[in-house]
Amino acid sequence: MNRWKYTTPLLLDNESTLTSEKNVRLYDGDQKTSFEGGELIITTHRILWGRPGAISKGQTCLALNLALIVYIEEESPSAFSFSRSRKVVLHLSEPTDYEQDKPQQTSIYNFIKLSFREGFNSNVTGILNDCIQRKHWEIFPQPTAVEPQKHAPQIKLRTGIVGIERSLQEKQKAADESISVAFQDLSKLMIMAKDMVQISRTISTKIKERQGDITEDETVRFKSYLLSLGIDDPVTRNSYKTDNQYYRSLAKQICDFLQSHIEEMGGMMALTDVFCRINRARGLELLSPEDILNACQIMESMELPLKLFEFSSGVRVLQLSTLDSESVAEATAILLDDKGSLSSEELAQALGISFTIAKERLLTAEKCGKSCRDDSIEGLRFYPNRFLAE
Amino acid sequence: MSETEVEWPWQYAFPPFFTLQPHPETRSKQVSAWKSLILEYCQKNKLFIIDVREAHQLPLFHNSAINRKLDPTVVVSILSELSKSGNAGALDKAKHRWEIYWHTLEEWAAMIYDHVCDNGMQNSVLTLFELSQGEDVQDKEFAGIHTDVLIKALRVLEGERKCELILSDEEQGVKFF
Repeated sequence: MNRWKYTTPLLLDNESTLTSEKNVRLYDGDQKTSFEGGELIITTHRILWGRPGAISKGQTCLALNLALIVYIEEESPSAFSFSRSRKVVLHLSEPTDYEQDKPQQTSIYNFIKLSFREGFNSNVTGILNDCIQRKHWEIFPQPTAVEPQKHAPQIKLRTGIVGIERSLQEKQKAADESISVAFQDLSKLMIMAKDMVQISRTISTKIKERQGDITEDETVRFKSYLLSLGIDDPVTRNSYKTDNQYYRSLAKQICDFLQSHIEEMGGMMALTDVFCRINRARGLELLSPEDILNACQIMESMELPLKLFEFSSGVRVLQLSTLDSESVAEATAILLDDKGSLSSEELAQALGISFTIAKERLLTAEKCGKSCRDDSIEGLRFYPNRFLAE
Repeated sequence: MSETEVEWPWQYAFPPFFTLQPHPETRSKQVSAWKSLILEYCQKNKLFIIDVREAHQLPLFHNSAINRKLDPTVVVSILSELSKSGNAGALDKAKHRWEIYWHTLEEWAAMIYDHVCDNGMQNSVLTLFELSQGEDVQDKEFAGIHTDVLIKALRVLEGERKCELILSDEEQGVKFF
């Protein structure tokens, strides 16, 4: 009952009356309301209910937007009922305006019933269905009508399969229209791109599941439309002609972003860290590991301040181009002399770097002959290389 | 054999000494240090045989102070190195038991022959027992030498026609020329 609102029976633009019935009682879900014995008028836009004579006098009556009706069914009279009344059940979507003058603010039911005490003469159900199909109220779109999300909540009670299908169809139509509007005007495309991609994605997944409604062909076409949309990001595959250019710009971007961080971290960052940080910073348009790897590989040739370095164990890091094995080994050796001996955990803690990189440093120092290892059940430690020093 | 105090070199207290170093240069230094240490230890303690399976029982290969042991496979590889210079020899195919020659067999042979010549014992027959345990050899390097090693050393002399071994069930002797 909370979808009805108080109004005057003035017809809106383009609204016209279709039929009327007398002696109609309104039910909130399965419960009777006090609105009985009234006149019911069905127009192209709304259903109006008023006390006898109220509508013709232009007095306050109740109105229900046809837009809110999702599904209509007729209730056949039960075996025990003696009345001749026929009931029409209207399943409704969520109320759109919460502040309007209403007979009832909240309702536990998502459907109402129209009880025609003396039966109905005209084909009420047919007329209502027709109205819902044509949607005259959409010719002048009201702000509440077009958003596809409003159609989304499914009716939990008494939902027929047809009802669900119909609501899906409506969503598709709305998405269709929004897509065609977007394609007409590029600047609108920019704004709507995000929403649109969202819609398109949800639709295509639903389509895939349903399978019957759309052919393989159309799905493929749909996907190609998505690709050509060009999502808003400065550096994505689509905006560049060749891969090479793409990687070059990507490399520059990565360098700009990470150089200061890497300097703080002692000049080296594992590629996994690079991947995580870059994607976190980008937020929406994430990069694949391959793209990052390819971009890093060309950094050296582009003489950027960072370069990709691979240790003999296979660990790859992004490091300052000013760094090389010798200087790293030297630095590590000095630290070793200082502390006497180090394990990779201790070194990682001392320098504030990750374990992998600490281990690589110690191994590099060993390779340069600056340290020697002590492998025992206590773990792997490194000592200054006294064998070669003495 | 009582444990004579070996003056341990600095490496003995250095934990990395007990781990085989991957770096080639470092490794060669490490191995040569081990070789000298082994020979010195065996000499001081008159140790002629090392069984690799029991290596950890020797303080040589096990420094309990720093809780480090040399891995048996590493011991074998170092002893193999020693055998290249004639300072060790494997007694079995599995390379578990090794004879240590802190003097090479040639050196032993020369020592013994010098002693024999010094004392004018050429053309005499000596028992192996006399040669190794006799009173007159007590101050000699080769005092207490293992019979097996002695025999090997004498074989060297045999090859040089300086002696002839007489080995039978009752007697083990040698005649020098």
